[in-house]
Amino acid sequence: MLEKLNKIEKTALESLAAVTDEAALEAWRVANIGRSSPVMNVFSQMSGLSKEERPLVGQRANQVKTALEQAFAARAEVVKNAALSKSLQEERLDVTLPGRPARRGGLHPATVTLRRMLGILAEMGFQVYTSRDVETDEMNFQALNFPPHHPAREMQDSFYIEAGERGDNPLLMRTHTSPGQIRAMREFSGANPENPPSIRIALPGMCYRYEQITARSEVQFYQIEGLAVGENITYGDLKGTLADFARRMFGEHAKVRFRASYFPFTEPSAEMDVECFVCGGKGCAVCKNSGWLEILGSGMVHPNVLQNGGYDPRRYTGFAFGMGPQRMTMLQHRMNDIRYFWGNDIRFLEQF
Amino acid sequence: MKVPVSWLKDYVDIQLPIEELARLLTVSGLEVDEIHYVGWQLPAENKYGFKINGLSWDREKIIVAEIREVRPHPNADRLTLCDLYDGEQTLVVLTGAPNLHPYRGTGPLAKPLKVAYAKEGSTLYDGHAEGLVLATLKRTKIRGVDSFSMVCSEKELGLSLEHEGIILLDEDAPAGMPLADYMGDAVLDVSILPNNARNASILGVAREVAALTGQPLKKQAYELPVSGEAIAGKVAIEINDPQLNPRFTLGLIRDVQIKDSPYWVQRRLRLAGMRPISNIVDATNYTMLEIGEPLHAFDYDILKERAAGKPVRIITRAAGQGEKLTTLDNAVRVLNPSNVMVCDEKGALSMAGVMGGLQSEIHDAASAPEGATRKTTSNILLEGAAWNFINIRKTANAHNLHSEAAYRFSRGVHPALTVDGVRRGLYWMAQWSGGCVAPGLVDEYPLPPIDPLVEISERDVKRALGIDLPAAEIAALLERLEFKCTVNGQTIQVQTPAFRTDIGEGVVGVADLMEEVARLYGLDRIPETRMADPLPPQRGNPSLEREDHVRDILVGLGLQEVITHRMSAPEIENRLLPGGSSETPLEYVKLANPIAPEKRVLRRSVLASVLNVVERNARLSDALEMFEIGPVFIPQGGGLPLEPRRLAIALSGRRYSPAWDSKLGVKLDFYDLKGVIEALMQALHLNVSYAPAEHPSFHPGKCAAVLLGKTALGVFGELHPSVQENYDFSAPLAAADFDLEAVLDAMQTAFDLKSVNEFPPILEDIAVIVDEALPADRVEALIRQTGGKLLGSVRLFDVFRSEQVGAGKKSLAYALVYQSPDGTLTDKEASQVRYRIIQRLDRELGAKLRS
Repeated sequence: MLEKLNKIEKTALESLAAVTDEAALEAWRVANIGRSSPVMNVFSQMSGLSKEERPLVGQRANQVKTALEQAFAARAEVVKNAALSKSLQEERLDVTLPGRPARRGGLHPATVTLRRMLGILAEMGFQVYTSRDVETDEMNFQALNFPPHHPAREMQDSFYIEAGERGDNPLLMRTHTSPGQIRAMREFSGANPENPPSIRIALPGMCYRYEQITARSEVQFYQIEGLAVGENITYGDLKGTLADFARRMFGEHAKVRFRASYFPFTEPSAEMDVECFVCGGKGCAVCKNSGWLEILGSGMVHPNVLQNGGYDPRRYTGFAFGMGPQRMTMLQHRMNDIRYFWGNDIRFLEQF
Repeated sequence: MKVPVSWLKDYVDIQLPIEELARLLTVSGLEVDEIHYVGWQLPAENKYGFKINGLSWDREKIIVAEIREVRPHPNADRLTLCDLYDGEQTLVVLTGAPNLHPYRGTGPLAKPLKVAYAKEGSTLYDGHAEGLVLATLKRTKIRGVDSFSMVCSEKELGLSLEHEGIILLDEDAPAGMPLADYMGDAVLDVSILPNNARNASILGVAREVAALTGQPLKKQAYELPVSGEAIAGKVAIEINDPQLNPRFTLGLIRDVQIKDSPYWVQRRLRLAGMRPISNIVDATNYTMLEIGEPLHAFDYDILKERAAGKPVRIITRAAGQGEKLTTLDNAVRVLNPSNVMVCDEKGALSMAGVMGGLQSEIHDAASAPEGATRKTTSNILLEGAAWNFINIRKTANAHNLHSEAAYRFSRGVHPALTVDGVRRGLYWMAQWSGGCVAPGLVDEYPLPPIDPLVEISERDVKRALGIDLPAAEIAALLERLEFKCTVNGQTIQVQTPAFRTDIGEGVVGVADLMEEVARLYGLDRIPETRMADPLPPQRGNPSLEREDHVRDILVGLGLQEVITHRMSAPEIENRLLPGGSSETPLEYVKLANPIAPEKRVLRRSVLASVLNVVERNARLSDALEMFEIGPVFIPQGGGLPLEPRRLAIALSGRRYSPAWDSKLGVKLDFYDLKGVIEALMQALHLNVSYAPAEHPSFHPGKCAAVLLGKTALGVFGELHPSVQENYDFSAPLAAADFDLEAVLDAMQTAFDLKSVNEFPPILEDIAVIVDEALPADRVEALIRQTGGKLLGSVRLFDVFRSEQVGAGKKSLAYALVYQSPDGTLTDKEASQVRYRIIQRLDRELGAKLRS
């Protein structure tokens, strides 16, 4: 019997060595350590053995069983690892195949720049004041020191609204966000006419000019203006504030320069240029070789405008500035056609 | 305005290179748009980025020369051979210039003809080419005669496009001198802003240059040679309305010889953008360009004839309604009382300040059409006047007559200039025509303007500009621009010179002067400071912040923002209606001067705008998920329209973008959009409900209203098939239109958080069979209501129809989560909740549990 057990063990271990997959492993288990396996049969044949033989055979049978079970476990581990590495090998992907498209939403690029600029201005203490698109001539022009028929009006060709007979105060699409200056000043001074509070606001909004739609001009465009009014505000403050703004917008080394200009609602008036951020002032196609980019118009608020807003020009001074977020976007991304903005071609929008 | 620098140099010495001059002017408010070189050397590098163009004349090769004899060409009638002296030697030059034909074969010329001569190797514009094409002169043979150089036309030198004949220079041109030295130039194109009207002349720009560079302004001194009878008593002036015509001045010159102006005058006029006509007309234009006062010359004999023996009486008055005048461009102008006319007792002579009349214009019989009988003008009455700029502007615009005179008068010309202008005009006429100027002028000046006297102080400068400047220094700056300053301690009395109309009085005058001080001091020299003024009260803009929040949520949900034109047309918006038209047309805010028919009203629908964008992009992307936030415009009679904001959303195309391993073609539909809207509403903390709705744009069975209580916030659905037909994109298209103002008003910024339930949930699915017509939300509402606080969540996970379920029935399957906020729920408690739910569904909705 002991001989037989030795043989069982030897045969089983030999056949185990040939096992390489899960199925054969299971078959081996059933055949060699299952209920009706040779070693188990030995246990059931124990009753036919002599008293002397029984403990010896029993002990040996247990040894064989344990040995086979351990061998099985070890082999199972080997088989499992082999199977895993095989499947890992087989499951290998072509990682260069494209991913399944995820859909990404996006803000319109005009919104993106508008927000960025308003964000910088907000941190500088200029808070957003919004006002309407359709305006009266009084608000859009007269209160801003453009008298009726004044030549300065030719700088801003307007869309007029059919609104019956309104004499010298027709309705029109605002040509700039400046009527908001008057609305804001009147609102704030109205609440406290004797002692109007100082003002620092940013005025964003859509503006409209009667121009043919071309790569360079549009009938509507965004504008952001800033207005600061107080009892102690100078042209030096205007320069400092705008230079600070330029450094925030274009980088800490941004250089600016001011050129005298004319706007009816400011005096003195100046255009501000920023050193070209594409070429660093060396001259390139974006700055047309000048090294400078025209960025905004600015000036000290005209006394008539302060007066029209309910602020006594003998007591208050202020400055105002205006700029086009779309122009900034165009410069920054070297965009050469302003029609892309309201064209909303998905191939344009998706690039932002 | 085009400013030839050579002309500027008559009035001020310029030591700066041209580009530096242009930069200085630009920085100081006279922006130079372009520099056009005509002969002078172009700069080696363009360091300020000006638009620079034109032609340099080689100083060695292109020179002044004289033609001493013009001989016929032996083999060609059209060509001539010129004996030409170039300052060193005499050569033979071949030319076909027709203006030499009169001299051909007349022997040696008593007065040699001065010409611009280009030697072999010169680079010039090709006179025969279309446009301006550079060419280099090469040696050749024309009809058997050697040709290696030429005498030039204006076109060849880049002076104008004239190529009819060669240039004949003035007699005093020195042969051999480089042409660039004799008449080279550079022309600055300066944009004159409305506050710079005083600078719309050579003198004006020169005054700025003088002030900016510290050079003295060289005022031209001249004697007016007078003779004969004085003008006094020969003409009278009657001004009907001094507000419209504050001053009118007349001078007289007799016995003029009408002919071409000297070449240098013609050249300057051309460079300045005007066409030379004759010495008399040129004198008026030249004077206008030179000092800024537009002049008008009348044929005095015609006026005398009209006066029929009486003294000429010039009357300025408003035109009669329908009064007619033939202007010198031979157009009949129909006038009205808002136009001011210069008349005599017989009627209108000219449109004041805008354009002269044909009848009394300067006439040259030599250049008149054949058959004309009028005599050549020999006596001239010269008008210099001042007009109301607004009135001139209206007239010029109404008649679309934008003459150089109207350009200046419509921006404001100081009345003090009329006398200077008439005198200068008479001077040039006398110089160029040989006429005799009658002594004196006739001058009516009923309304002299006030040239403001403004007091400013060191404190004003400090307050406005932030710099400390002593009064004397401020005065010195202003005096450079001819302000008369009296310094008294820290204050300065500043007298505005009598050529400026842009300086106001009082606080406005102070601001006007601050601008001049800042400009001359140099804007770049004013130090940058940070505001010391106290920070004002801080204000938010909650409405805009909320609007932006909505944008961010939608972008987070994968939608793309679009922004469209706010001008539209009713037929574009009506595409949103079945059949593309409306039985009850909407009122629109209409543009009085639309730029295009499709942009003639202000939109009333943002959705229409978004659908246009979807249509334009339909073939560019497999799916479009877009939104726009913006105002619509609702007319309010003749008043300002309402501008409420709306939100429009559109989804179209494939629900899943196709990938290489999945080709699912499912289209975005109603429920995709509803998912977006539900997510938006959740994010805004708006507890809304959805109800079937009717809207002409949407499929009647696939349209819902979003309700907050009883308020409709918006409507959404799939487009009505008849609406879909109006667009070029494929069905279905799911769209929503929200009243954004209502959404923003309702938006909850304050909300309480529920604590997260940590107790174990019991999960269970139930399916009930209900009538097809029963809205699913009623089942869910009843489940929620019954489950109460022990029901953690309810989610519909299947809607099923089959024979087994029964005709007219549907099965709704819900995943329920039982969970108590107070402790672990037992199976018994859960089954009690379940029992109650099933009972109520059966009792109230007839819903049967599906086994």
